Amino acid sequence: MKAVHKLLDAVRPHFEEGGKLKRFWVVYDSLETFAFTPGHATKNGVHIRDGVDLKRTMFMVIVAMIPALLFGTWNQGHQYMLSIGEITTSDPLTMAIWDKLLIGAWKVLPLVVVSYGVGLGIEFLFAGMRGHSINEGYLVSGMLIPLIMPVDVPLWMVAIAVAFAVIIAKEVFGGTGMNILNVALTARAFLFFAYPKQLSGEIWIHDVKASADAGLLQVADGYTGATALGQLASTVGKLPSEAGVQSVMSMFESDGMFSLTNSFLGLIPGSIGETSALAILLGAILLIWTGIGSWKIMSSFLVGGLTMGYLFNWMGLNAYMELPAIHQVVMGGFMFGMVFMATDPVSAAQTERGKWIYGFLGGFLSIMIRVFNPAYPEGVMMAILFMNVMAPLIDHYVIQANISRREKRALASQSATA
Amino acid sequence: MQTCEWSPTFAPRKVNLRELMSRTIRIKKGADIRLKGRPTSNHEVVPMTATYAVQPPDYQGIVPKLEVKEGAAVEAGSVLFHSKEHPESKFLSPISGAVKAIIRGEKRRILSVVIDGDGKQNAKNFGTLDVGSLSPNEMVAELQKRGFMAFMEQRPFATVADPSELPRSIHISGFESAPLAPDMGVVLNGRMDSFQQGIDALRVVVGGQPVHLGVRAGQTDFDSITGVERYVFQGPHPAGNVGVQIHHTAPVNKGEVVWSMHPEDVANLGESIKTGTYIAKRTISVAGSSCSSPGHASVTLGCEVAGLLGPDFDESEDRAISGNPLTGVRVNREGHMGGLHRQLTLLPEGNKPKFLLTEGWLGLGFDKFSLSKSYPTWLLPKSKEFTMDTCNNGEERAFVVTGQYEAVFPFDIYPVHLLKSILANDIDAMEKLGIYEVAPEDFALCEYACTSKIGVQSLVREGLDRLKKELG
Repeated sequence: MKAVHKLLDAVRPHFEEGGKLKRFWVVYDSLETFAFTPGHATKNGVHIRDGVDLKRTMFMVIVAMIPALLFGTWNQGHQYMLSIGEITTSDPLTMAIWDKLLIGAWKVLPLVVVSYGVGLGIEFLFAGMRGHSINEGYLVSGMLIPLIMPVDVPLWMVAIAVAFAVIIAKEVFGGTGMNILNVALTARAFLFFAYPKQLSGEIWIHDVKASADAGLLQVADGYTGATALGQLASTVGKLPSEAGVQSVMSMFESDGMFSLTNSFLGLIPGSIGETSALAILLGAILLIWTGIGSWKIMSSFLVGGLTMGYLFNWMGLNAYMELPAIHQVVMGGFMFGMVFMATDPVSAAQTERGKWIYGFLGGFLSIMIRVFNPAYPEGVMMAILFMNVMAPLIDHYVIQANISRREKRALASQSATA
Repeated sequence: MQTCEWSPTFAPRKVNLRELMSRTIRIKKGADIRLKGRPTSNHEVVPMTATYAVQPPDYQGIVPKLEVKEGAAVEAGSVLFHSKEHPESKFLSPISGAVKAIIRGEKRRILSVVIDGDGKQNAKNFGTLDVGSLSPNEMVAELQKRGFMAFMEQRPFATVADPSELPRSIHISGFESAPLAPDMGVVLNGRMDSFQQGIDALRVVVGGQPVHLGVRAGQTDFDSITGVERYVFQGPHPAGNVGVQIHHTAPVNKGEVVWSMHPEDVANLGESIKTGTYIAKRTISVAGSSCSSPGHASVTLGCEVAGLLGPDFDESEDRAISGNPLTGVRVNREGHMGGLHRQLTLLPEGNKPKFLLTEGWLGLGFDKFSLSKSYPTWLLPKSKEFTMDTCNNGEERAFVVTGQYEAVFPFDIYPVHLLKSILANDIDAMEKLGIYEVAPEDFALCEYACTSKIGVQSLVREGLDRLKKELG
């Protein structure tokens, strides 16, 4: 490895002040520090530093996303095969894993490439302008964004969404560590509000519209390409027929396509990374294990969601409310939001006590928005973005309690000496 | 199961035990960094070095005014300089000889007063003292005159104590918990009488109240000491930091002042009162993975570092730190030990790039000590010790990871928010968030653990200095 480092050292002068490639210093610097932890020794303060740095921390989050990514890729192939009737059972083991993975990868990889390409491009630009080195934050956001996209979203839309999120949600606030909103969710929310028409309907299964036009679609099996939440949203709102509600709810029975087992395993249409609660929980184990994702936020988020779910069960005003709470939390983006979005340390509450409140309200609101407002079938996105905005307020009150505790102590001590 | 008959001889012991338990304070937050090269109880008296130095920057908040010129002859106990703010607070020469050099830095700031020893140890006589007959202010005046106010730290502001305001209480931490710190049993070996005399003197300052003494659970060094309010502490570093002990026993409120002193200086004070001379003994640990034979050494304040280094110490490969690896100051071979430091730490220099897969951020890291569970440190046996170099292990970034400082910061204070209030220069918020209680050293572990490699201690110092200036 010494040879590699020698090479890096040899080309270094070109990138430094006065070199021909000075404007690409950021690129050089980030590549060098990626490959070699720089030999910067401590100067003032502590003489020894913990081994962990932001690169490793962010890398662990990416590793935690791998199960969801792999499963999501496979599932897109699986859903495609189901939709065109190539396979007729949702038994995941029919057909080779590789075939489905390949079909999925055909759609998913471009999304990942566009997300990283556009996002990192902007990051490099800003870092170059500001004269600081690249922060690692986007390595995670760049993977999160494709995972929360519908598979057939046009690539140019992803590019615009990424650009919007990185510039408006992050760079204008000062870059990584300074943002108020979760970057990936901002990208998703941007698409949701800017392109509502394109972002609903026939985009959840690869080529579902083309398949339908060609007469391949197995409509009889219920493959309309809608997600579980999309289906459920149709049962509330504009006066649904009793029969319509019945047919939707039957999909959530134990033998329906959105059964609890299928929802938990993730064998259902949906955004690429969000469908499998199982794969997401594997990631959650790693995040909690390494202490990088807050277990407090995750557990209180889950409790919040279940609480709202059980409250709805108890009210039971319509069929949607009667759906079991457990079923509610394994569907849609709830699990993904809980594990990867709500735990984003920059946009979440920062005090330990605040994290409990933040998580609970996030989960609670997710289920509430989803059921109350069929215009937003996916409540998690809205709930977490809302809680991102509220997080500083939660922290403020937690800290205020600490301050008044200290003030009380000072008063008590004064009266004791007086 | 054995039954135990109730006996009178057993009863009092049980009461003691309960009393002991009720005062045991468990510090849960913090961490012991398991460095290789811990000092053995081996204790060596190091021969006098050629020169000694008293370095004004060691004494926080002091603007020195020289009382000697280069070439002047001094005795052990002669005044070298005094504090501009409190001219009666004297800083004394630890040995006899002649002033060799006065080293200045930027803006002619005095960095060091170097004394060439004459090897005779002529000492100035201050006379013995009957502490019982003194008022608190008279005792403080004696401390100033005898050079011991230099070693008294105050909170708030974490500076050398201001003699014009008597403290609410005096706190002494009876043990050190920092990595590779000296063992107090070795430091005070055979000096308990002097320590007791020092305590008696300090009690005068607080009007006869007991002095607060924090000891580690199971520590017996101070069992014979009277006139103290004893607290037992359990738990990892920074349990031995006096600031942590104050916070958990009698926290500093706005408007209150507390003083603290290192136990060895208390013993020096006691001996000084008895003999009438200035005593500036330092029993330090010489330790670290680059140290060939870690142990303890008896020296005098401000001795040459070279006198403590082996001939095989290579400055291009290793780093010498006066103080512990978290709060100390880098020194070179020609340098002198800091006036308040009790430790010389020798660690390998970490100035070589580390390839990502082998030693860098993507490596398995079985040989790395980390508080983060993304490294396997926590899976390895607790007895394993680690070699750590001085590499930054990453580059500075914005605050991202939360909860990390809190995990090693045993105060009821929100560290990140306090730091942000310092960054924002918000004096009011600093006060409300508890800056009065802290010293930079209390944040040392936060700085160590920081994923974003932020310089936390210097930030706290900045905040304290700004606050002090603001309040006049």
